[in-house]
Amino acid sequence: MTAGAHDADARTPENGSAEGLDARLVVERGSFRLDVALSVAPGEVVALLGPNGAGKTTALRALAGLTPLTGGRLRLDGTALERTPPESRPVGVVFQDYLLFPHLTALDNVAFGPRCQGATRAEGRARAAEWLGRLGLAEHAGAKPRRLSGGQAQRVALARALATRPRLLLLDEPLAALDARTRLEVRAQLRRHLAEFEAVAVLVTHDPLDAMVLADRLVVVEDGRVVQEGTPSDIARHPRTDYIAQLVGLNLYRGEARGHTVRLGAGAGITTAEDLSGPVFVAFPPSAVTLHRDRPTGASARNLWRCEVAGLETHGDQIRADLGGELPLVADLTAVAAAELDLHPGATVWAAVKATQTHAYPV
Amino acid sequence: MTFPGDGSDAATGTLRRGPRRRRNRAGGGGGTARPGGRGVPLPLLVPALIGLAFLIVPLAALLVRAPWRSLPELLTSAEVWQALRLSLVCATAATAVSLVIGVPLAWLLARVEFPGRGLVRALVTLPLVLPPVVGGVALLMALGRNGIVGTWLDSWFGVTLPFTTAGVVVAEAFVAMPFLVISVEGTLRAADPRYEEAAATLGASRFTAFRRVTLPLIAPGVAAGAVLAWARALGEFGATITFAGNFPDRTQTMPLAVYLALQSDPEAAIALSLVLLAVSVAVLAGLRDRWMTAR
Repeated sequence: MTAGAHDADARTPENGSAEGLDARLVVERGSFRLDVALSVAPGEVVALLGPNGAGKTTALRALAGLTPLTGGRLRLDGTALERTPPESRPVGVVFQDYLLFPHLTALDNVAFGPRCQGATRAEGRARAAEWLGRLGLAEHAGAKPRRLSGGQAQRVALARALATRPRLLLLDEPLAALDARTRLEVRAQLRRHLAEFEAVAVLVTHDPLDAMVLADRLVVVEDGRVVQEGTPSDIARHPRTDYIAQLVGLNLYRGEARGHTVRLGAGAGITTAEDLSGPVFVAFPPSAVTLHRDRPTGASARNLWRCEVAGLETHGDQIRADLGGELPLVADLTAVAAAELDLHPGATVWAAVKATQTHAYPV
Repeated sequence: MTFPGDGSDAATGTLRRGPRRRRNRAGGGGGTARPGGRGVPLPLLVPALIGLAFLIVPLAALLVRAPWRSLPELLTSAEVWQALRLSLVCATAATAVSLVIGVPLAWLLARVEFPGRGLVRALVTLPLVLPPVVGGVALLMALGRNGIVGTWLDSWFGVTLPFTTAGVVVAEAFVAMPFLVISVEGTLRAADPRYEEAAATLGASRFTAFRRVTLPLIAPGVAAGAVLAWARALGEFGATITFAGNFPDRTQTMPLAVYLALQSDPEAAIALSLVLLAVSVAVLAGLRDRWMTAR
């Protein structure tokens, strides 16, 4: 999928001659190879989303200069940065566990960057105080990091990164170190601060919700490669890999369409509402699946598969059933329904999905 | 010569083990009733008690045989004060030298990958196990008036180190610095290098990151290493007498004075030993506090 396919990318100059980030990050380490192309316009927030070990953090470190590139290119506002050491790059980083210097106060942590850029102690502190004020931390300026709460430490880390006036802001799993309640609040704050940030912002996360709330555009990385990119809603509607489908909670299949029927390799078929031909994806949500103990006789559901329960887990206030058989799929049902069906691993059930609840789209 | 040499080694040996044992106890939660306490087998208990007595009886003997009545007089003599003052000054100077060149060396070993790093680390550790007398001879070969470096020091700068107070500092630093380097390197390895990366992304050069981030973070380890080095330098005997000789008020440090006094005036030797024992106990107490607060 090329970068030009999305609205957000229309702002990115094709030649990479001017503003923003234009990079192809190649890092080879043993058998692992990262090869990710990334173009981000100023003011845009891009999330690198992917499972653990996909290479997201390596990509982030390569952008910061902490891991050397073994190939590719890295241009920021038209300047080549491949050979620039990290301390000379106009890049700010918010690390996953913040890495606030424990021996310095919040104020001196934030003043560290300006001081390294040549500001006097007084100038550095003035700038730091301004940033802390902007992030609502003025009263914590004198606190050492160990006395800050998780959310406060996260904002100090953001202030510290922003105080160097970076042209590229990198955030590594910015919400991963927070507990669930703080997370909700900090996510909203972070979204506001990122929206105000006028340069390029790239964040790395394995949490689809963080990515969808914080980013204008998602770049999904699996096994060192970009497998899909687009706006959050586009990716949520049209997942192209099992990983993304799982993330956004959809059953996803790839097959050959002929009219309203999609054949999935080994014989299983899905009847769809769309009339297509050629290779397609078919997706439907777990809530569209209804389960029956005996083969239903009515013709209301056009798709019917015999399945075996492989596993059950609670999912919010629902039960999510992992089903194997002709067609592996997940289904959501209420606890009452699960009890009535006497669901247990190994039980045989019939799974039905209405054609109108499926969604097919070309590969 | 072997008797005082062994004595000083044993002293540093207990010094090094003392703090570590403290640490383990602090980490273990300080529980007194351990599962092992329900019955100690005799084949372990008897040698353990003999070992304990072996370490404690000589120190007790020193206290028992101390000429307590004439002690004030002995300790206020000019020779004792000269030797004590010289020992403190030289050990402190040797520690300062070790800090200035040893901490950067520890950083190099911990943070920079270069070919032969393992070999370099082994060489740094060698003076730890080298008999100090051999160190003294080696220093003479290097820095003596006809030594491979000493020749140049003498002809270019007119500097001669052997048999001078500066020579004492050199000998003590040679023996004591590895303690500091090993201690600081260990602390550096345990410290999270990502703080240095964070500093780099904020625009800090490697030196600035070291000075403003790494050094404050490893300060407790540096202090502990410095105390160990200082204690080792204070007790130094073999390398000092070989390289710097035994001249009162110039190179005669406390251990040398003890050894000399033992032949002419045993009571004075005991008195001097008591002073060194008191200093060692003070160092141990200081280290314990250091580790307790660092926890």
